[in-house]
Amino acid sequence: MSVAVSPAARARSAAEQHVWEILAAVPDPEIPVLSIVDLGIVRHVTMSDGEMRVGLTPTYSGCPATEVIRASVRAALDAAGFGHAVLEEVLSPPWSSDWLSEAGRRKLRAFGIAPPEQAVAHPRQLWGAASVTCPRCGSRAGELLSEFGSTPCKAHYRCRDCREPFDYFKCL
Amino acid sequence: MSALPAGAAPPEAHFRYVLRLADTSLILGQRLAAWIGHAPALEEDLGLANLALDLIGQARLLLTYAAELEGRGRDEDALAFLRDAPEFSNLALAELPNGDFGQTIVRQWLLDAWQLEMYEALAASSDPRLAAIAAKALKETRYHYRFSSGWLVRLGDGTAESHARVQRALDDLWRFTTEFFTPDEIDTHMHALGVAPALAPLAARWAQRVAADLAAATLRHPQTQPYPWHGKRGVHTEHLGHLLSEMQHLPRSYPGVQW
Repeated sequence: MSVAVSPAARARSAAEQHVWEILAAVPDPEIPVLSIVDLGIVRHVTMSDGEMRVGLTPTYSGCPATEVIRASVRAALDAAGFGHAVLEEVLSPPWSSDWLSEAGRRKLRAFGIAPPEQAVAHPRQLWGAASVTCPRCGSRAGELLSEFGSTPCKAHYRCRDCREPFDYFKCL
Repeated sequence: MSALPAGAAPPEAHFRYVLRLADTSLILGQRLAAWIGHAPALEEDLGLANLALDLIGQARLLLTYAAELEGRGRDEDALAFLRDAPEFSNLALAELPNGDFGQTIVRQWLLDAWQLEMYEALAASSDPRLAAIAAKALKETRYHYRFSSGWLVRLGDGTAESHARVQRALDDLWRFTTEFFTPDEIDTHMHALGVAPALAPLAARWAQRVAADLAAATLRHPQTQPYPWHGKRGVHTEHLGHLLSEMQHLPRSYPGVQW
């Protein structure tokens, strides 16, 4: 089983590694091809003094999936014997679409959703990607239809070449 | 308030400051949610619903924090659903009716531009919790502003009818912007503690942004004499009570009801 790279740089203990693997199997409720680890919303998994702490960050403040994700994480940890793990909400630094893993980007594309164009580091990116690659035909001729789509994290695009509409995972 | 020791944030002022930010987001989010199923096109329906969702999400983070600062056992729900109009401290502009799509866009654009300045400044607040919420909300607000300013230009520089309607909305709503950057003792006190920004530089940047957008939208800068509303001090228009009666109906009628 391959586990996406976590933000934590330090070496993981066996228990921590186990929890990362459990979390890598928890799907995002709205984009189920992505795990919550792919999405970059698991901020830390730390075991100290016998206490397991898991930090989760919301994508958008109002994302209704946040509570579902929390409940799914709780259930997955319970089932694996980590019922006492403490779930923490991490607000700072705020979630960025740059935290989407490479595996996550590949999975999104295969699912028909264009992954965010790198990288948010340049603020212009927030003001609309100059061109978005169509996840169906690979053309760079994606054009914006609507800033907002079916979930808070997506915008609605269409391909000028193959004429198919598609979702674009926004840069944030 | 002045009797408190220097350097210590009076919990009451801190609570009220965070509550004001929360209330503006909550009330504006509630207003926008009423567009769901009624917007001129599906894209705009989704857009306004997304804005509403972000704003209510921001309000939840801020209300939860305000409730902790208050420390009297109230939670976000108690603050949202069990207060009456004079206890709400949102900017009065947020509570005004949706009107037509043009009026909703003008209201949104004025408040988005205000939130951009506020959140950008608050991201550097000495209060780390508030700074974290602001940094998160700022990213969302940039999208909101892009949506509302884009529509302002399209409607203003659109047909004679759309131009006339947004100009009228602008002239009507302009007077409610006076309280955006008029500091009162809570703003001043929280600024002295490094929690809140000084409002004068923000006002200048806001005015500059607004003037540039109006020029792009071929709209006339309003000449109406601004007059002070004090929504943030609990002095509201008659519209807020009606909004609350709808928003609070369920938890008021069935106390303690759970979803």
